[in-house]
Amino acid sequence: MAKSASVQLLGSWASPFSNRVQLALKLKSVEYELVEEAFYVSKSDRLVKANPVYQKIPVLIHDEKPVCESLVIVEYIDEAWTGKGPSILPSDPYERAIARFWAGYIDEKLETASGDEEKFAVVGKVLEGFALLEEAFAKCSKGKAFFGGDEVGYLDIALGCFLGWVKVAEIIGGGKLLDESKFPGLAGWAERFLSHDVAKDILPDALKILEFFGKVQAARAAATTAAE
Amino acid sequence: MGSEEVKVIGSCVSPFAARTMIAFNIKCIEYELIEENILNKSDLLLKSNPIYKKIPVLIHGQRPICESLVILQYIDEVWASGPPILPSDPYDRAIARFWAAYIDDKFFAVQVAILKAGGEEGQKAAAVEKATQVLVVLEDAFTKCSKGRKFFGGDRIGYLDIALGSFLLWVRVIHKMCGVSLIYECKTPKLFQWAQHFSADAAVQDVLPETDKLLEFAQVFVAKLRKPSG
Repeated sequence: MAKSASVQLLGSWASPFSNRVQLALKLKSVEYELVEEAFYVSKSDRLVKANPVYQKIPVLIHDEKPVCESLVIVEYIDEAWTGKGPSILPSDPYERAIARFWAGYIDEKLETASGDEEKFAVVGKVLEGFALLEEAFAKCSKGKAFFGGDEVGYLDIALGCFLGWVKVAEIIGGGKLLDESKFPGLAGWAERFLSHDVAKDILPDALKILEFFGKVQAARAAATTAAE
Repeated sequence: MGSEEVKVIGSCVSPFAARTMIAFNIKCIEYELIEENILNKSDLLLKSNPIYKKIPVLIHGQRPICESLVILQYIDEVWASGPPILPSDPYDRAIARFWAAYIDDKFFAVQVAILKAGGEEGQKAAAVEKATQVLVVLEDAFTKCSKGRKFFGGDRIGYLDIALGSFLLWVRVIHKMCGVSLIYECKTPKLFQWAQHFSADAAVQDVLPETDKLLEFAQVFVAKLRKPSG
């Protein structure tokens, strides 16, 4: 029997968007094959064929049918494997709407922040985001451990995938971003999420990301030199 | 939950608000429309949507829900006994969500770019070209989703029809103001036909306003767009 051939993830351990999908698959105990894409160097034919519109990872291929966009994939996983493992989205429609709203906010904030060249502006946006998410955490968690309540859920996954990268930004920039004194709820959540079974083996730690970052910059520099 | 009061902070000139209104028509749910002047935002809007300060906002039993696509899914889930908005199959749902997000990502921005370009022919042509590319991609998506039937959703309008169809408002405005026909028969024949069916659907008819009323608003909106920011 082919090893988990029916579920493939075109992704990378180094991509937080890919990590979201891995976290969801783990929550549902779905076996899959991770096809590592060197997304920082070039786009493989396989990736372009699976995601012609954006040509980006992650792409989930389930029984040969591709699903693209990390948050769309996470919802798909929740629905395709209903009844297997915990629910990823809340069951109440209002709570689902709130979870989707904040996940959309996170991605939108990231997009605008990554468009900024200026470090000060980026940090400003991140802190603004954390302030709002601190409030969101209080409302969603209702005093429990995670955005999803007692268990890790959609919004935990949507935000939690970036925690390693936040640490990297702190190391490079030399400033505390997820400051416990400013964002106690989020800081506590971050610690719990990172030590949760689901996240431990999937989310890369800051040092591994830094190493990867260096590798990407070197590869890009080499590609530029080669092109000249 | 379904019997609590339902209000929509919206406007007949907003494609995003139109989505909410079409969805309620499909579900035959009555709601109170609180007409918002988006050029002069009300305290109610600022309070209900402090993050984005945008319409539509659905207020259901005093709880606000923001972001038009989030609202569509909420409506589908709360009033589950009415005709469905999203498909039932998980894969079809994923495809619908993907394309709706693509439409919001690409199509809206390019329409704004066309309007902003105004008389700048070069800029306008570039924006129109981009819009055409997007529509050609959506023509292909339509073939796959509709599977030979009238709508993206099949025999009845659904999530993706609403997501794209709500922009037909602006397609008409662009036609009148800029003399550009974005969806035309020889380039995207299936979308052209789909647009006719969509606009004629009972759930849509009273939501998409008369083009003249829209033009009035559009002129003010576009003037603001083109003003260099101070």
